[in-house]
Amino acid sequence: MHDLIIIGGGPAGLTAGLYNARARLDVLLLERLAPGGQVLTTDWVENYPGFPDGISGFELMDKMKTQAERFGLKILSEEVAKLELSEKRKVVATTQGPKEAKAIILASGATWKKLGIEGEDQLMGRGVSFCATCDGPFYRDQDVAVIGGGDTAVEEAIFLTRFVSKVYLVHRRDQLRATKLLQERAMAQEKIEFVWDTVPVQILGKDGVEGIELKNVKTGSVSRRDVKGVFVFIGTIPNTELVNGQVDLDENGFVITDNNMETSVPGVFAAGDVRSKLFRQIATAVGEGAAASFSAEKYIESLGEGQ
Amino acid sequence: MSDLLEVTDENFETEIMNSDLPAIVDFWAEWCGPCKMVSPVVEELANEYKGKIKFAQVDVDKNRQTPARFGIRNIPTLILFKGGEVAQMIIGAQPKSYIEAELKKLL
Repeated sequence: MHDLIIIGGGPAGLTAGLYNARARLDVLLLERLAPGGQVLTTDWVENYPGFPDGISGFELMDKMKTQAERFGLKILSEEVAKLELSEKRKVVATTQGPKEAKAIILASGATWKKLGIEGEDQLMGRGVSFCATCDGPFYRDQDVAVIGGGDTAVEEAIFLTRFVSKVYLVHRRDQLRATKLLQERAMAQEKIEFVWDTVPVQILGKDGVEGIELKNVKTGSVSRRDVKGVFVFIGTIPNTELVNGQVDLDENGFVITDNNMETSVPGVFAAGDVRSKLFRQIATAVGEGAAASFSAEKYIESLGEGQ
Repeated sequence: MSDLLEVTDENFETEIMNSDLPAIVDFWAEWCGPCKMVSPVVEELANEYKGKIKFAQVDVDKNRQTPARFGIRNIPTLILFKGGEVAQMIIGAQPKSYIEAELKKLL
């Protein structure tokens, strides 16, 4: 029986792990891949305090991991297959067997949302991408489309201009949601052409993306752009399949917690992108990870000896 | 960056296509964060399947022909080869259990 199992090795999970390892709890962090989370797809992080010139997503996460491990956090590369969460018993079944803990912190994050249109699944990996920093360089001197209008979409569109000849930034509204600084940069970038009030209808191509069919939501008119790549950044869906039906979720499937990060099940906490909230940042994930670690520690203490 | 056999455009044919052993090739690049989530997993598997499967990696930044030959436009991509033919392509960062299950099919 462990004191605590943390599920997910992004900023929230690693921060909780750092705090709980320093509290000398018997804590285990499970991560299905190598630690880092979605930050690893970020080329350059400019809004995490302490790095005035910015820091690469990989380097930041590598530092967080090293820091947590320095205090004894055990990180296992195991995928959770099943979770059994109740007030009395918390069992985590991984591909390597079951483990039990007194408390759980869910920091399983979120995954990119798909468009759900024709051609998307068929051309995944053949022009359809969810990671500009991974795949951008394959589109040197070609035209691509970026779908979305939030921070990620705009940031990735700007990143892509290093390689591609043109980026169509396709957004369903007539203005961006992205933070003002990013908007200014995008507007100043000649390679970016904004396609407002527009949604993608179909991704075209057989063995690879050859174009995208677009529809203007105001006029209803349909048009086509000959692009070789389509980068999708329209938000995220929470990684909560394993806890669905066990802890309370909001209407979009994110985990509902109180101010102390506790879920509807005593002893089960949540932090980071998986949590129901408005703002998803590295800084907020780190703060919630610290708060969840404190609440988990108090909870474990409250169970007393002999449990 | 690792213990995996570094394969290039020049020796891909000899090392992988003409390999007696089945092979798995990790297509990666320095600028790719998610590749750094997959490569350690591939290295772990390399230790576990030593002598049974050939483990290699191709830096897509330095080698442009091989990724193009297999139509790779996303990394990380893992390609599993058997008898000089593509047996499976694993696109994106997938967990170890998934990669291992695919590897076992090669044996």
